[in-house]
Amino acid sequence: MNDFIPLVVIVPLLGAALCVVAARSRRVQRVVSLVALSSNVITAILLLVEVDDEGILVSQAGGWRVPIGITLTVDRLSAVMLVVSSLMLISVMVYAIGLGDEEQRFSAFHPIYLALAAGVSASFVTGDLFNLFVAFEMMLVASYVLLTLGGRRAQVRSGMTYVIISLIASTFFVTALALLYASTGTVNMAELADRIPDLPDGVRLGFSLLLVVVFGIKAGVFPLYFWLPDSYPTAPGAITAVFAGLLTKVGVYAIIRSQTLLFPPDDRQGSLLLVIAALTMVVGVLGALAQDDMRRILSFHVISQIGYMIFGLALFSLAGIAGAVFYVVHHIAVKTSLFLVAGLVEFRTGSGRLSNVGGLVRSAPAVALLFAFPALSLAGLPPFSGFIAKFALVDAGIDDGAYLVVVASLVASLLTVMSMTKIWLAVFWGDAEAASVDRRLRASRSPLLMSIATGFVVAISLALIVYADPVYDYAERAATELLEPAQYVEAVLGGDDR
Amino acid sequence: MTDSPRRRETGHHVSDRMVILDTASKVLYHSILVLALYFVLAGHNRPGGGFVSGLTVGAAVALRYVSGGAAAVRTTFRVPAHVILGAGLLLAAGTAFVPLLLGESILEHASATVHLPLFDSVKLNTVILFDVGVDLVVIGLVMMAFAAFGDDDAQPPSAERPPREHPATEHPAPEHTAPDDSRTVER
Amino acid sequence: MTVLFAFAAALLFATGTWMLLQRRLSRILIGVGLVGHGSNLLLLTSGGPGGSAPIIGTGDPADFSDPLPQALALTSIVITFGVTAFLLALGYRSWRMTRDDMVENDVEDRLIARQRDRDELVEETRLAEREQRDDEGLE
Repeated sequence: MNDFIPLVVIVPLLGAALCVVAARSRRVQRVVSLVALSSNVITAILLLVEVDDEGILVSQAGGWRVPIGITLTVDRLSAVMLVVSSLMLISVMVYAIGLGDEEQRFSAFHPIYLALAAGVSASFVTGDLFNLFVAFEMMLVASYVLLTLGGRRAQVRSGMTYVIISLIASTFFVTALALLYASTGTVNMAELADRIPDLPDGVRLGFSLLLVVVFGIKAGVFPLYFWLPDSYPTAPGAITAVFAGLLTKVGVYAIIRSQTLLFPPDDRQGSLLLVIAALTMVVGVLGALAQDDMRRILSFHVISQIGYMIFGLALFSLAGIAGAVFYVVHHIAVKTSLFLVAGLVEFRTGSGRLSNVGGLVRSAPAVALLFAFPALSLAGLPPFSGFIAKFALVDAGIDDGAYLVVVASLVASLLTVMSMTKIWLAVFWGDAEAASVDRRLRASRSPLLMSIATGFVVAISLALIVYADPVYDYAERAATELLEPAQYVEAVLGGDDR
Repeated sequence: MTDSPRRRETGHHVSDRMVILDTASKVLYHSILVLALYFVLAGHNRPGGGFVSGLTVGAAVALRYVSGGAAAVRTTFRVPAHVILGAGLLLAAGTAFVPLLLGESILEHASATVHLPLFDSVKLNTVILFDVGVDLVVIGLVMMAFAAFGDDDAQPPSAERPPREHPATEHPAPEHTAPDDSRTVER
Repeated sequence: MTVLFAFAAALLFATGTWMLLQRRLSRILIGVGLVGHGSNLLLLTSGGPGGSAPIIGTGDPADFSDPLPQALALTSIVITFGVTAFLLALGYRSWRMTRDDMVENDVEDRLIARQRDRDELVEETRLAEREQRDDEGLE
């Protein structure tokens, strides 16, 4: 079973290679992509079941002994992230095939998308800080290309911002790695967890902050979010959904992983993260209120939601981290579906601008329904999964006495409701505006496939309500694991790899 | 795999070309390719390796570009650049993957010493396949870069680039994932 | 030697940061390259002082330099190389479209900033129209 771990990375890469070779045939590319991505879903689910039964799985590449080779590790957090991300990746791929636009025009779409999938999976399974950097780069380079696919002017402009900001973050990452290696002599996460507590207090705090900055840029937390709402909306239709749903969450995953595993619990770090969390929530949602474009509004909400996840982590309590894990899972599904719906709206009306569209509730009731569920969930209204996630976080926050942040989170929720209402009023109610869709363009698309993909993602987020109990229990077990880094260290360093 | 630069296909007028450069590149081109071959074969134990070899081939291709322009680069290999790149990635990822099927861990390698009549004993390692894969990825990447950006400003600057050219943007991702894996093998 | 490397890295970081803050894209690209080199150099330096080539059987293992940071730096250099190539391509594309390598303003941001003015304008015209209508009604 341990040998299954590399599959989540290697299968998409093989698929990407096949897609490059078969650049001339879109049909072959589609089959290869879908096969590779569904293989990932199956592997991820198998890993999740295994991890939940047996505990942390470890695999060493090349059969090298532990600290020398590449360590791949799957614990409960990585397993659940793998499952959710692989489900989103395949849904968005189906949606992209239905949308047909970039997917049809560029032979590079499929290989790059698969490289992105490989990068995302690699980030979740790597047990080595340097390979986390490599996995990040794989994912980011793929995202650079996907973001600028088509080379329109707005894309080039925002792509430039995105690439340069990400590059600066990567440079910080390499710097952090260099300093970490110089002071501990390893980049293996389990070994780092063993050695970092011996470092002087100031050095340790410095590393911790440096990593928060690095991953914070990728995740889009408060002072470092500015690139996000600018670049995401210009990406091609389906791609935005993956970006918003997944990429920032990889950053969140890295923050959770590094803060729980590498550094011993530290109050200063916790309170800094609490402040960041509160500011991220509020600033993100305020930004959303000012916008007039559906995708930009949703992009600002991504930021705001990241705040909640950081909030859960910052409490460093079992309930807090369990809440954060549940929140990440819920958020990925909900956010992806909202962006997919935004794509459907644009497809129907030819615009995502609130002032240009309207009356969709009559002309496209199904789309309205698909929007309503995740929107209410995002705002945290019962009985949706967002309510459960937020309730868990608020509860954990009150237990810890972080009242100010709890209040901030409630205010942010209220403002989220407001801005979702704004979208609803403008897009689904009101008068239908003259649709200006190019008929020729429309003929080449398959709205049915798009709706099915969106429906599937919405169904996943609805399933989170029905199965909230087992999922939350799982999140709690994952949190227990995260709070006991000794387990992880022993699994990697102590255990035999087979 | 290669054919010598043919003047008629280069698209450059004969009088545009420099005799010394042309002659020198004809001699150098093949020598550089041999050097690249040495690098990829020697890579496992000595300085060299797939990535370096690929870059060396890239230098050879650049030489052709200098003497014959983008058209000369396009006719370097009979196989399209994207196929080279894809085949390389396939080979590299496949080499990593096959040990899994055999019940070993990923990226595991095996070596065997064979006795060839002329070379005495030669140690063969499966890592060479990986290196060849990396080599091909880099070559494919260089070719595509030349194809995409090598043309002189023939088109008006504001013209939309046709989608056909777009594979040019696709390589950074596959390109650097492969060299990374090669590093880990060496590690 | 290590101190020298550290100084070199610091210099690269400093000049790179300066270049990154410029408005011209070409300079930003050079800045990205410089900062990247700085971090790679730092990564290389993190292995401590140099030594003999770390090949078993060629000498005393105590004199070996640490091979791991070299491998890491190599990987990191390849990645920087790939990304810089992509950035150059993007810059070229941008230049072909605009014939200028200034970083553009964020259009949407400006729109939002002007939103208030626009709203006021709309309100004023509406008032003016109503007055006009009222006037016509009186006549």
